[in-house]
Amino acid sequence: MIALAWLIPLFPLAAFLINLCFGKRWLKHATGPIASAAIGLSALLSIAVFAEVLGGKTRTVVQLYEWIGVGDFRVDVAALVDPLSSVMLLVVTVVSFLVHVYSIGYMEHDDGFWRFFTWLPLFVFAMLILVLADNYLLMFVGWEGVGLCSYLLIGFWFERPEPAGAAKKAFVMNRIGDWGYTIGMITTFLVFGTLNYVEIFDRVGIASQGVLLLICLTFFLGATGKSAQLPLSSWLPDAMEGPTPVSALIHAATMVTAGVYLVARSTPLFAAAGPALQIVGVVGALTAIFAATIALAQFDIKRVMAYSTVSQLGYMFLALGVGAPIAAIFHLATHAFFKALLFLGSGSVIHSVGGEQDMRRMGGLRSKMPVTYWTMLIAGGALAALPPLAGFWSKDEIVCSAFQNGYPLLWAVGVFTGALTAFYVTRALWLTFHGEPRDHHLHEHAHESPRVMTLPLMLLAVGAVTAGFAGFPPDAGFIHRFLAPALEVSEHEPQYLTIVLLALASVVAGLVGIGVGLSMYARHRPDPTAVSRAAGGLYTLLVNRYYVDELYDRRFVDLAKRAAGASWAFDMHIIDGLVNRLGWLFTLAASGLRRAQTGIVGNYALSIVAGLLAIMVVYGGYAVGVLRR
Amino acid sequence: MIDHILTLLVVIPLLGLVPLFVFMRSAAAVRQVAVVTTGVELLLSLYMLTRFRVGEAGFQLRESAAWLPSLGIRYELAVDGLSVLLVAMTTLLTFLAVLYSTKTITHRVGEYMASFLLLEVGMVGVFLAIDLFLFYVFFELMLVPMYLIIGIWGGSPRKLYATLKFVLFTLAGSLLMLVWIIAVYLASGEPGARTLTLPALLAVRDRFSADFQFWVFLAFGLAFAIKMPMFPFHTWLPDAHVEAPTAGSIILAGVLLKAGGYGFLRFALPLFPWGTQAWLPVLIVLSVIAILYGAVVSAVQRDLKKLVAYSSVAHMGFVTLGIFVLNAQGGVGAVLQMLNHGIVTGALFLFVGIQYEKTHKRLIADLGGLANRWPLYTAFFGVFVFASLGLPGLNGFVGEFLVLLGAFRFNPPTGPGGLTWGPLAAIGVILAAVYLLWMFQRVMFGVVREAYRSLPDLSPLEVACAAPLLVLTVVMGVFPQPFIAIIEPSVQRIVALATDPALALFK
Repeated sequence: MIALAWLIPLFPLAAFLINLCFGKRWLKHATGPIASAAIGLSALLSIAVFAEVLGGKTRTVVQLYEWIGVGDFRVDVAALVDPLSSVMLLVVTVVSFLVHVYSIGYMEHDDGFWRFFTWLPLFVFAMLILVLADNYLLMFVGWEGVGLCSYLLIGFWFERPEPAGAAKKAFVMNRIGDWGYTIGMITTFLVFGTLNYVEIFDRVGIASQGVLLLICLTFFLGATGKSAQLPLSSWLPDAMEGPTPVSALIHAATMVTAGVYLVARSTPLFAAAGPALQIVGVVGALTAIFAATIALAQFDIKRVMAYSTVSQLGYMFLALGVGAPIAAIFHLATHAFFKALLFLGSGSVIHSVGGEQDMRRMGGLRSKMPVTYWTMLIAGGALAALPPLAGFWSKDEIVCSAFQNGYPLLWAVGVFTGALTAFYVTRALWLTFHGEPRDHHLHEHAHESPRVMTLPLMLLAVGAVTAGFAGFPPDAGFIHRFLAPALEVSEHEPQYLTIVLLALASVVAGLVGIGVGLSMYARHRPDPTAVSRAAGGLYTLLVNRYYVDELYDRRFVDLAKRAAGASWAFDMHIIDGLVNRLGWLFTLAASGLRRAQTGIVGNYALSIVAGLLAIMVVYGGYAVGVLRR
Repeated sequence: MIDHILTLLVVIPLLGLVPLFVFMRSAAAVRQVAVVTTGVELLLSLYMLTRFRVGEAGFQLRESAAWLPSLGIRYELAVDGLSVLLVAMTTLLTFLAVLYSTKTITHRVGEYMASFLLLEVGMVGVFLAIDLFLFYVFFELMLVPMYLIIGIWGGSPRKLYATLKFVLFTLAGSLLMLVWIIAVYLASGEPGARTLTLPALLAVRDRFSADFQFWVFLAFGLAFAIKMPMFPFHTWLPDAHVEAPTAGSIILAGVLLKAGGYGFLRFALPLFPWGTQAWLPVLIVLSVIAILYGAVVSAVQRDLKKLVAYSSVAHMGFVTLGIFVLNAQGGVGAVLQMLNHGIVTGALFLFVGIQYEKTHKRLIADLGGLANRWPLYTAFFGVFVFASLGLPGLNGFVGEFLVLLGAFRFNPPTGPGGLTWGPLAAIGVILAAVYLLWMFQRVMFGVVREAYRSLPDLSPLEVACAAPLLVLTVVMGVFPQPFIAIIEPSVQRIVALATDPALALFK
């Protein structure tokens, strides 16, 4: 089956091409099932490939053709199937399949139905290229490809200005990261003479630490763009302008984890690059707490989830930074399930209340949409890392690893952010589903979503409950044994006493968060408005997301626009002005010589002849002079 | 089997002029003659590709005859990996431009089509000639028809200013080159043994002293730099593009600019390696400036055509950067970038033109929401925009990436002063996304204006003009290797000639 690995991305590609060519005129609503079926086939094949890797084929390269070859630079279109990529294949195809099915219901009444089911499989195709590539350049194809699809899908409702602007912002901020990726990639080639992962990792030793640090930090810049880490994080919340299934699939479960995948894939490089990993870990921890604090004060349900995603991605980088890549990938997988579920559940809510996203106008929806409520509750519990749900096992392992590998400060940040996480998810769920309905009109019309949407929710909920058991027992579970050969992590004896104590601390922090949340929102003790008033400036800071967007828009964008305007003025008045002045000079001289002139064209013609003659005499004379010598 | 393919390629457009003048009175007949002529030319160039032996570096299908024997000037045509694809691209773009013009040009059709056929002679000749004098003749021949095309069929009253500026700029460079072609001729040997044919000149290039090469490279370089155009000789380009009719813009951006880059690679680098070395730092700096400056200025343009024109300055900056880093990746990247730019920017000008034909507006502020009404247009235009901003998987990426790779190699991060030109040039890739997507957003997205609601999407003719370019954009992005295989040996040879270690001995 591994030999057929290329079929996995080819199914979505076929669905894309079919829907692109025939979707608008003929297929119409059939595009949804076609795309879903294609992704379903990819998912089945991914399971088969996964099983085969599990059976012991831990490193297979499937060559397709030579892509670019100039001189000593050779890059193939080839797939690397190993435990890491097979886990990613599984997560990507399964979650994609469920989101596709859900979208058939969610997008049913949208005029752009066929367009949606054209771009979505294209995204899956690009994501699978990213995952399967056996070299950095081919990964870059998928990397930019998912960026393109993200652009197209954020801007799906392009008639409104916000989605169009958000789409552009996402692409441009990603491009800033990709600048880093490009530098890292080319430097890698110059140092190692190849872009193939396996070949590079085999000769990490030949590079000096300084060069490795440069490579790793530039690659990491790319990762911060794609995975919305500081300082390139602000595009992701804006990306929520896209349809909710897009937010679930692209901006929570798959694409935004590409940065984590990149760093995990490059573990041998980062491990040898001195402080590179520490920098990754610190950026991750900062992003985790930064985004979690913002999520405390947002009222748009999708924005809460978006900041939560940024924060959880921060956890994954924290894990990579403290030398626990397995925990990072583990969390990536569990997060894909429970965060996709939270987004799809939010979508189900938004769908039922007529497109409203402001939680202040919701409330009391629990009885109206029980499936959505219960599944979101499970996902929320997983996000808050309550045992035995999936998020508990993976997040706890990250926080534990931070402590055990000697980063107590990062551990503290992780635990504290855990409490914040538990608080904001409690708040969001309470405001949405519990209490009195705050908008009776919306509440009356609210209804449970159709089966095509609730079924994926239930299946994802199964994942959100069970996916964590792949990591049981901690440090020695299935996922650890499976991924260890690919990530070249040495297995070590787990110290269960420490783990249990640390886990206890995390759980307590989570319970405190939930308790405070319930007390504030269910019993108004203390009242949330009173708290926000008491917090004063801090609260304003959080509501306004630390004014990061204002900083970027007002300062950087404004500055860039002014610089560009100045450049153009320079071009028109200085450079072109000089040219015209030259013509004018000759004209002046000419009109002194000859009064009678026919018109401006003639003037120019004369001036060129005069000017050329002058130049030719001088320069030609020099030519003769040079020859004489 | 067809013999004398290259001569036929030069002659066929000339032959087409005969029926064209016979049927001058009938616009319909003139259009048919022009389409058939350029179509036959295109087919013949494709046939030439099948006869081309891939993997050889030297000249092929060579045709030579004495022309002015007393002066040693010869009629020499040949192709190699550098030129063969450029010739094919020229015939394709000319055919598409003429095809598109059959619908849009209604005024003086006969003269218009005649200009295009004459232009094609010049363009094909420039890429085929390997005798310096012959090259010069074709180089200048391109100028006259383009002067007429902009001056007669152009847009606003400013067209005369624009076309004159174009001609003066180009002439200023090329006449200077002529003076130095004569100097090269005189320096090539004793009286009676003098030559201007490239292979012969290469054999005697040791006769050109370092000092001589310094000046001759300056003259040639100026002519080519103006043609490209390189910063700061670029200001004729936006004016010319704004005024030119759509088909004129396609050819101007698609083919004429390439004559400059081609001239550097074909003549300046191999003949004057010391001159190249002497001017290298300046040219690399100017290339990087062009990449960044072209992109920045592009971002604030209000006129769509000017935006694409300034983006051409940036893209041609990648070409010159690739040429002057003097390594295989840079050189191959530069040639690919020339081809890709021809295809993609040709297509962008086509789509700006199509849009203008329908809305009669070219200012970005007057447009918006066109995606609502024109899904097909949006799809095509979108692909070309993303190709232009270098999306991997489409053709633009391969050339730009190889150029960047070459630039990093020229100035490696591990060496002294490393990480200068490569990373700076790579910023141009970010900027391309900014100006192109911003433009795309303002033109295509948003709510459509009432006046544009009833405008039709692409017509079959417009699809026919765009489809070949779209196919090439995708194919050259996904399967670039067959193209690289044609280009690489010849570029390697040129790079070797320009960096010959034996040169150091003479210094």
